[in-house]
Amino acid sequence: MSILIENISKHFGQFQALSPLSLDINEGEMIGLLGPSGSGKTTLLRIIAGLEGADTGRIQFGDRDVTNLHVRDRRVGFVFQNYALFRHMTVADNVAFGLEVLPRKERPSPTEIKNRVMHLLEMVQLEHLASRFPSQLSGGQKQRIALARALATQPEVLLLDEPFGALDAKVRKELRRWLRGLHDELGFTSVFVTHDQEEALELSDRVVVMSNGHIEQIDQPGALYASPNSRFVFDFLGNANVFEGKLENGKWQNLQANIVLPNGAEQKDGQLYIRSHEFFVSKEATAQANLPLRVIAINPIGAEVRLELTPIDWHSNDVWEIDLPHKAFDKNCFEKGQTLYVTPKAGYFFAHDAQQPVLLNWETEKVQVTEQA
Amino acid sequence: MATHLSAAATRPRHKRVLPGLSLSLGTSLLFISLILLLPMSGLVMQSVDMGWDRYWQVISDERVVASYKVTLWAALIASIFNGFFGLLLAWVLVRYEFPGRRILDALVDLPFALPTAVAGITLATLYAQNGWYGEILESLGLKVAYTPWGIVLAMAFTSIPFVVRTVQPVLEELSPEEEEAGMTLGASDWSVFRRVIFPALWPALMTGIALSFTRSLGEFGAVIFIAGNMPYVSEITSLMIFVSLQEFDFPAASAIASVVLIASLILLFAINIWQARYLRRLHGRS
Repeated sequence: MSILIENISKHFGQFQALSPLSLDINEGEMIGLLGPSGSGKTTLLRIIAGLEGADTGRIQFGDRDVTNLHVRDRRVGFVFQNYALFRHMTVADNVAFGLEVLPRKERPSPTEIKNRVMHLLEMVQLEHLASRFPSQLSGGQKQRIALARALATQPEVLLLDEPFGALDAKVRKELRRWLRGLHDELGFTSVFVTHDQEEALELSDRVVVMSNGHIEQIDQPGALYASPNSRFVFDFLGNANVFEGKLENGKWQNLQANIVLPNGAEQKDGQLYIRSHEFFVSKEATAQANLPLRVIAINPIGAEVRLELTPIDWHSNDVWEIDLPHKAFDKNCFEKGQTLYVTPKAGYFFAHDAQQPVLLNWETEKVQVTEQA
Repeated sequence: MATHLSAAATRPRHKRVLPGLSLSLGTSLLFISLILLLPMSGLVMQSVDMGWDRYWQVISDERVVASYKVTLWAALIASIFNGFFGLLLAWVLVRYEFPGRRILDALVDLPFALPTAVAGITLATLYAQNGWYGEILESLGLKVAYTPWGIVLAMAFTSIPFVVRTVQPVLEELSPEEEEAGMTLGASDWSVFRRVIFPALWPALMTGIALSFTRSLGEFGAVIFIAGNMPYVSEITSLMIFVSLQEFDFPAASAIASVVLIASLILLFAINIWQARYLRRLHGRS
């Protein structure tokens, strides 16, 4: 079922949790609401579910206006962050709950309920735990039971609040894949809340990035990564280093450091966002850039080595992070405390007065020539 | 080898904050013996002295049996009333923010703090024929003071904190998410209460009611001022003990007291065992 959200806003006391926002969700889509805590993503999810009432606006499921419909009549599946399983009921009773409370006319017979519950437990691969109590389950198992319970009444909309927040990394990855499989198989529309960008990018058809009760950007994961449209999205999607530059003689200058403006760059002051893998590293300054940095930590992570660096004789608010392939790292044998120079290959430039970034590319062949010289 | 030994000798033994089991258990047992077991065995000794026939005669005396009935019925009604009202009060205190909530919260303990005789006299004055409430009730044809209903009233007043204070922490711990989960699954408000909230509160509520009941069985001070103490009608068991004492018939007093004691103990044990079973399910220690 498609979901239409129109001009929804919400405040708690003085705090504006959601500024009027609109969102169109297609049938069968999986949407990730991504943002830091306090960005209003959970409030939005609860408003869609009907657990919270919006101050203004309208919500529609398919052709049905549900704005003033009570949560119990909206027929959505909701999975809570802490699972909220009923502690005094067995796993089977938990899953059966949604069927047991149906009005008598709609309620299936006890044997039918039993069969449906067993089928759901098979689907989440936990049929052997039917007679256990929630306190005897692991976090991952609880999460699956919570999902089975939410799906028991065959809702067309499934809402999940930080579904994998409390799980360890390995279980999280497994469950993520499993949920995606389930979604594709059963075809419900899902909206989930997360603060984990990796989760949002991996799981969603479209990601909604939120901050301070606004929607910052709505895009497919690939597009979102390739063209973040604001500083916030850039910061939040992470792994970007920021160079604050003042325009002087065709260079962006920051105290002793500078970067040469590439072709097509605006002649303005601004901030240059450079992702951690978009760097060329050398032991000397290059013709394109003079960015001296000191290595403070070296962390081998998977296919890459991550260097943490602090600026030398220029200013940056954060520690810089640079990812190098093992090959490049081994060739240079960097050590802690050593000074090195980086040159950006590509970056996003936000002029001071601009909201939107401009993608810039430096000609990397040239860099290498300079280094050989 | 030598280093091994010295390492073992200096290895710190205490892993807990309080001193070890022997000291803490010893102290607790000594204290329980002095405060609880010694007086209780004195009670038993007194009753044993009098022989089985006499014992039976005392505890099955018609007037005493009537007092059991009055006490049990009054305590039962009072504790069930407290079960409802205490749950309501705890609910209001936990779930709502309103001006004066903290004062109300503190007031709940008042029956504990007040000397029970003061409570009894106050209640008797209020509900007497010419008292504030008594006048109104009189015009409706209801009589509370100096009837068994007065006993119920006094018992309910003195034991309400037991229910509130046992239910309150459990309610506080109950996550609103479970209720919300019930609602998203389509359950009506009544269904959510019956199937989700109540089962979680049930053990605490039962404990509260049982405590309130046993407290009411033994209540004396508050009750005698309002009960009217008419033989066979509104005499409570603890009054029978008091009467025996005043007649310097200590064995008879002990005999009746032992009946109250045994009844309370059996009830408390039963509740404890039942609750332990129930809680084991909730917390998964099986």
